[in-house]
Amino acid sequence: MTLVASFASSALFGTRRQVLGALAAGAVALALGGPALAEAGKPIRIGSTLALTGPLAATAIVHKIVGEMYVEDLNKRGGLLGRKVEWVLLDDQSKPDLTRTLYEKLITDDKVDLILGPYATGGILSAMAVAERHGKMLIHHTFGIPSLAKYDMQFGTWALGPVPEQTVPAALLDSMAAAGKTPKTIAVVTSKFPSVHFLALGMRDVAKKRGIQEVLYLEYEFGSRDFGPVAARIKDANPDLLWVGAVGLEGNQLLDALKKIDYTPKNHFYTYPAPGPLALSPEGKNAISTTMFEAQPPMTDNPVAGKFAKEFEARAKAAGLPYTQADVQAAVSFTAWQVLEAAVTNTKSLDDKTLAQWLKGHSVDSIVGKLRFNGPHNYGDDLTKVKQVQDGKWVVVWPKQYAAPGAKLIVQ
Amino acid sequence: MPSATLLGQSLLSGVLVGGLYALLGVGLSLSWRFLRTINLAHFAFIFLGAYLTYELVGVDKLSAPIALLVVVPGLFVLGVLLQLIFVRFALDEFASVLVTFGIMVIVESFIQWIWTADFRKLESSFGTSSWSVGPIFVPVVESVMFVAAIAVAIAIWAWLRFTYVGKALRAAAEAPDIAAAFGVHDRRLALLLAGVSAATAGLAGTFVAFISPLTPSQIYAWIGVVFAAVIMGGLGNPIGILAASLLIGVSEAITMALTAPSWAPLVSFTMLILILVLRPDRV
Repeated sequence: MTLVASFASSALFGTRRQVLGALAAGAVALALGGPALAEAGKPIRIGSTLALTGPLAATAIVHKIVGEMYVEDLNKRGGLLGRKVEWVLLDDQSKPDLTRTLYEKLITDDKVDLILGPYATGGILSAMAVAERHGKMLIHHTFGIPSLAKYDMQFGTWALGPVPEQTVPAALLDSMAAAGKTPKTIAVVTSKFPSVHFLALGMRDVAKKRGIQEVLYLEYEFGSRDFGPVAARIKDANPDLLWVGAVGLEGNQLLDALKKIDYTPKNHFYTYPAPGPLALSPEGKNAISTTMFEAQPPMTDNPVAGKFAKEFEARAKAAGLPYTQADVQAAVSFTAWQVLEAAVTNTKSLDDKTLAQWLKGHSVDSIVGKLRFNGPHNYGDDLTKVKQVQDGKWVVVWPKQYAAPGAKLIVQ
Repeated sequence: MPSATLLGQSLLSGVLVGGLYALLGVGLSLSWRFLRTINLAHFAFIFLGAYLTYELVGVDKLSAPIALLVVVPGLFVLGVLLQLIFVRFALDEFASVLVTFGIMVIVESFIQWIWTADFRKLESSFGTSSWSVGPIFVPVVESVMFVAAIAVAIAIWAWLRFTYVGKALRAAAEAPDIAAAFGVHDRRLALLLAGVSAATAGLAGTFVAFISPLTPSQIYAWIGVVFAAVIMGGLGNPIGILAASLLIGVSEAITMALTAPSWAPLVSFTMLILILVLRPDRV
């Protein structure tokens, strides 16, 4: 019987003492349990910002699609703790300073229950500072420099492991070795964009340790447009392996410049390329990169991953994206929501400290693999896989157990 | 020591990029000198032209010359309409920066609304093709663009110097009252010049579509270097802008060939600062 029904029946049918007793009990119940009852009817609000405009918008739109998709599905499944979920999403315009302000707003003004990270390292660092100030847990998906994640209640799903500057270059060289080619010379050409620059420096160290001769090292400004002279220097150096610390379309721009001087790199790696344009470009043939998920078996053999890949493709098509395959960006975004759902469902709580404590003590099965958060900076295993453009598509080629059926790394 | 081929290739790259800077900057320079409008929307118009070219050539499969026939007149009309607004609200030079910045943001949003924020790339058979001259490779599209930049610079220079309209424009910019007394209709001339300026943005945009991937936010990519070329070349001086653009392009390319590519932007801006210090009368 509900509180209201109890009071009504006492008032209608009870004695005066019983009525007074019911009134007093009702007052106490309202005072103690009123807010909880009121909360029960309200949706759980999860606040985020994304770079819906500005230079990062081209990729951030993937995270918007995934977030909307996940929340819709979550609500179809009954929401969280029996309550509907509402995603409060603001546009940070690709600006870390604005991101900071908007997370303050989400926490203090919109009073969201939980927060989820923005897109890309700079914005996440800003959000992390705000989360720390307010004691909020922050789950994020695209943080590229684990050593900078100092906050105890932050959890990233871009599962690079705690020292990607060692493990990612090692993964590339291991995959090449497994394919029967250890490069003798390397050219490292990198943007000064922080999350690719430190990986390039790591590649230099790893190459040196493995006895690979560095024949060229170049840094260029993020946002450079003219790659002609850089291309000429690469051609001059003619390395066995070209490591390009590229963000977005820089890889395509460099390849176009190389094509114009009639040079095709022997083996070429791109840190964070724009997946569609590089795969679809004829010059992108055999380009190598890393991933944690591609929409292909065996990864899509997991039913959740399979459903996610199909649904994402449909929504990406509807949104007019030129590259509609679910890849690492979409997958880590989905995984962030999976981690949040797992923490809330298992703790039956929205308390940030309780959720953070649970995440540190448990691993989460996600579409990118088993995530744990009990290592340095709350990072666990490096789930990096190596992928390559083959026949105009990205295919996972290494490690063997994650490789697409029949796919092998092509090396020269 | 860099090889002769590397230096030659880099030098060529710098010359061709200089052509692009000139094409991007000439319209900006004209409106700044003759209309006293620092038109930041010019950069948005360039990308609007680029996206229209992408749509016409990449999606609708029309040929590049037909795309030019649509984009250049279309941008001319847009430039005239924008100038009508400027005249209506009597914007001064400083206000024009603020207003045109706003217009640039609006155009960026419009582009994003139509074509999304994702990358677009116009794939064409000749986009990445080159001629080989000994060990040096000469990219086809950039070479055509370079020729177009020279042609535009010379044509506008000749127009300003030898035609009645050009002389009237210069007179109206120097002494509007006296020019008006001689029958120069400066309002009509302003509309014409704004249209021509925007048309050059359309032409530049067509080439940008062929040589560069497109995202709306890249509207801002060339602002700094183009302003440097415009100021170094002298406002309203198309030949000067061409020369300054070539100087910047070559300096950047040689810097990239000999030192770290990240030093390249420092070269153009150092030159700009030196010009401003030594020749403050250029603006």
